[in-house]
Amino acid sequence: MKPLLLTFAIASWVLPVVSAQSVDEISVVHVQKNVYMLASRAGNVAVQVGDDGVLLVDTGTAPMAQKLFAAIRTLSNKPIHTIINTHLHADHTGGNLALVKLGAGGPQPPRVMGHENTYNRMVAAAVEANANTPAAALPMNAYFTPTRDFFLNGEAIVLHHVPAAHTDGDTLVHFRGSDVVATGDVFNPDIYPVIDIANGGTVSGTIAALNHVLEITVPAKYQEGGTYVVPGHGRICDEAEVVEYRDMVTIIRDRVADLAKKGLTLEQVKAAKPSRDYDGDYGAMSGAWTTEMFVEAVYRTINATK
Amino acid sequence: MKVRHAIGMAVAFLCTASPASAQIDFTGQWAPLYHEDTIERIPGPELGDYTGLPLSEAGRMRADSWDADRISVVQEYQCRPHSADYSLRGLAPLRIWADYDPATQRIIAFHTHIGAYENQRTIYLDGRPHPNAYAPHTFQGFSTGVWEGNMLTVTTTHLKENYLRRNGVPRSSKATFAEHWVLHGNYLTITHVVYDPVILTEPLVRSESWFLDPGQRAGLFPCEYLPEVPAEAGAVPHYLPGTNPWLKEFAGWYALPFEAVRGGADTLYPEYRAKMGAYKPKDKCERFCNCTGFGDCLSPTGGR
Repeated sequence: MKPLLLTFAIASWVLPVVSAQSVDEISVVHVQKNVYMLASRAGNVAVQVGDDGVLLVDTGTAPMAQKLFAAIRTLSNKPIHTIINTHLHADHTGGNLALVKLGAGGPQPPRVMGHENTYNRMVAAAVEANANTPAAALPMNAYFTPTRDFFLNGEAIVLHHVPAAHTDGDTLVHFRGSDVVATGDVFNPDIYPVIDIANGGTVSGTIAALNHVLEITVPAKYQEGGTYVVPGHGRICDEAEVVEYRDMVTIIRDRVADLAKKGLTLEQVKAAKPSRDYDGDYGAMSGAWTTEMFVEAVYRTINATK
Repeated sequence: MKVRHAIGMAVAFLCTASPASAQIDFTGQWAPLYHEDTIERIPGPELGDYTGLPLSEAGRMRADSWDADRISVVQEYQCRPHSADYSLRGLAPLRIWADYDPATQRIIAFHTHIGAYENQRTIYLDGRPHPNAYAPHTFQGFSTGVWEGNMLTVTTTHLKENYLRRNGVPRSSKATFAEHWVLHGNYLTITHVVYDPVILTEPLVRSESWFLDPGQRAGLFPCEYLPEVPAEAGAVPHYLPGTNPWLKEFAGWYALPFEAVRGGADTLYPEYRAKMGAYKPKDKCERFCNCTGFGDCLSPTGGR
C-alpha cells in the first residue's frame, strides 16, 4: 500500500467546504508578530517564523503541500523545525510527509507533534487501511499530558490538550509571545462544530474546549484584538467571535438536552429544529456536515463526559 | 503682463477649488440629536419590542431567547462596543477629521470618533478594495466611500456580530451596511441601510442627525470587565423556546396587539394597520411621555 492511503483512510473526516484532494489558492495573512495564517478553502495553517526555523500548525491536504511550501517560502527560507497536528483529519495532516521532506535542511528532520490520541488514531486508521505509512507522516513526537510547552523563535509555545471535543486528540497551540491561539477544528467561525463521535468527539467537550480558548484569550480595549485566534477554517478571529460561538453551542446543547429530557426521540428533536435561529449563520442543508448531523451529534453525546 | 498672469492664476485656483466631482468636507465636532426613535435610543428599548424591524424567523427566535443577564454573567459582553451601524444610534458625540492627498488636496479618508466606547472608524475614499474573506472582522468593519453628487455613500463589510436593537435583537457577522451622508447647513444626516441575510428579510433603513457644535468635546468611555455576579464557569443565560416571560410586557404597556410588536416586514408598512383589528391606543400616555432626549426621559416610576 502507498503512504497516501492514510490520507484516503481518514479523508471522509474533512470539513464540508473542501475535498481532501482539492488544491486551492492560498492567501498569506499576517496574524500578529511572528505568526501568519496560510488560508485556503482547504483550511488554515498557522505558521510561526523566526531565527530557529519554521513552525507549522497543521499541514493541509496532501495535494496542496507543494503550494503550501511555496507560500511558506514567501515568509522564511529557514528549514521547517516543528509541525504540530491539532488533530488527525486529513485536511490538517495530509501534508505531513511532503512538508517533512520539503522542509528538511536543519540539523534534525522536522519533528511532528500531536496528542497521543491523535497519533494512536492515525496509526489505527493506517492499519485498518493496510497502509504502509512512513513514520514521518505521523505525529511521532506525541504528548499525553494536559499541556506541553517549549520555546522557539523567541517565544514560549504551549500545547493544550482539550479532551473529547472535535475528536479526543485536539490540541490548542498558544504562541505566548505573539499572543495567538491556533485552535484546529475546535473552532470554525462559519460552520457548526463538527463533532466526530467515531473519533471521540462530544458536545460537552467542544464547549469545554471553547471555554478553554476563552481562558487563554485576553482582549485589548473594548473586547477586540489582543489575543488573535486562528481557526481550523475561515477568517482570523479574536475572543469576541469565540464567545458568540461558545454561546451558540451552549444554547443549542441546552435546547437539545431539554427536548431529550422531555422524552423526544432523535427524529422528534430533529423535527423540532432546535438550531433554526442559528442555521443561517452556521448551518448547511447538504454536504459532509449538515445541520441535522450536528443536531444528531449533540443529541447522541449530550450525556457524554469529556 | 502681470495682470494677465494674475488672472490666469486666479482662474487656475478657482478651477482646482471647485473640481467637477465635488467633495463635501464633513470635518468637525457634531452633537447628536435624539428626536428620532428617542425612546429606543435614550432610555433604551423595551424587552420584546421588535417594532419597525423586518425580522426573519431566525432573528425573532434569537431575540426571544435573549436573557439580559448575559451582559452581566458573560464577562466578555461587558465591554463589547456598539458596532459601526449601531454606533450611529447610540450615545454619539461625533468627531470627524480627514486625510488629504498632498498632491491633489482631495480628501482620501474620513476618520470618525464616537463617544460611546470611543469607537473609531476610517472611511477610505482612495478606491482601495475591501479585504478578502480571511481578514478579521471588527466591530467597526471596513468602510469605503464614494461621492454621489454632494452625498457621500459608504459601504461597510467585515463586521463582527453585534445588535440591531439592544434588547437582544442580533445583527449577524454576515451583514453589511450602506450609509448616505448629507449636509444641510449645520446639520449632518446619515441614513443607513443594514443588509443582513440571516436576521432580516429586507433591508433595515434608519437615520440619525447631528448639528455642528465646535465647542463639543467627547469624553472618555472607560470600561473594565470583571466578575459581577457569582456564576458557574461557562454559564450562558438564555431562555429556552417558549419560556421567556417578558415578551408580552411591551405590547401590554402600549395596548398593542402582540403580533404587531413581533417585527417582520409586513408590520412595517401602513397596510398592516388594517390587520390590527380594533386597535385603540391608551387614552393617556403612561410611559416615557414627551421624551425627546437625555434630560426628560422619565420612566413611569419617575427615574431615568
